[in-house]
Amino acid sequence: MLTFFGFSFITLGVLAFVVSAIGLIRMPDIYTRMHIGAKSTTIGILLVIVGAICIEPSWSFKLIALGMFILMTNPLSSSVIARASHNNNTPHLNPKNRDEYRQKREEI
Amino acid sequence: MFHIINITILLIALFLALYRFLRGPTLTDRVIAFDTLSIMSLALIVILALYFERMLYLDIALVFGLIGFLGTTLFGRYIEKGI
Repeated sequence: MLTFFGFSFITLGVLAFVVSAIGLIRMPDIYTRMHIGAKSTTIGILLVIVGAICIEPSWSFKLIALGMFILMTNPLSSSVIARASHNNNTPHLNPKNRDEYRQKREEI
Repeated sequence: MFHIINITILLIALFLALYRFLRGPTLTDRVIAFDTLSIMSLALIVILALYFERMLYLDIALVFGLIGFLGTTLFGRYIEKGI
């Protein structure tokens, strides 16, 4: 029974990866691409790790360490990319959008 | 058997992300696709560890995740300030 739950969790995670890859192709802008490339891969890897814990409960220490590591580093790396591309004056999709961060930077 | 199905779906996702990596118009698109690819191959390593029933592969997954994070951060710094 636990094995069945594990396989279904892993399949859900892999489908989240497929959604992420399709969004990476379909999205029009750098910022939206980064958004889908960071969030849905995080939920995908966490579902895969939960499924692996359900299948092999004796590996849970290393798998939980891996999940904590992913949960700490993945938002950080996407934030670094977003900040770098914004500081590099990459244009938005809609240039009329309000951009408070840029206004703040120009004031300083 | 179920592992084979999961690995096949994951390989489809990997090739779709690889399309963006090869085609992406700017450097930032390629770095985003590289980040996604590294996380996907980490999941592939975890599923392969379940398939072959070896616990050692999880160590490889940890080191791979560390190197992918370092590479992404380094490229972010390179985009922002140059070398």
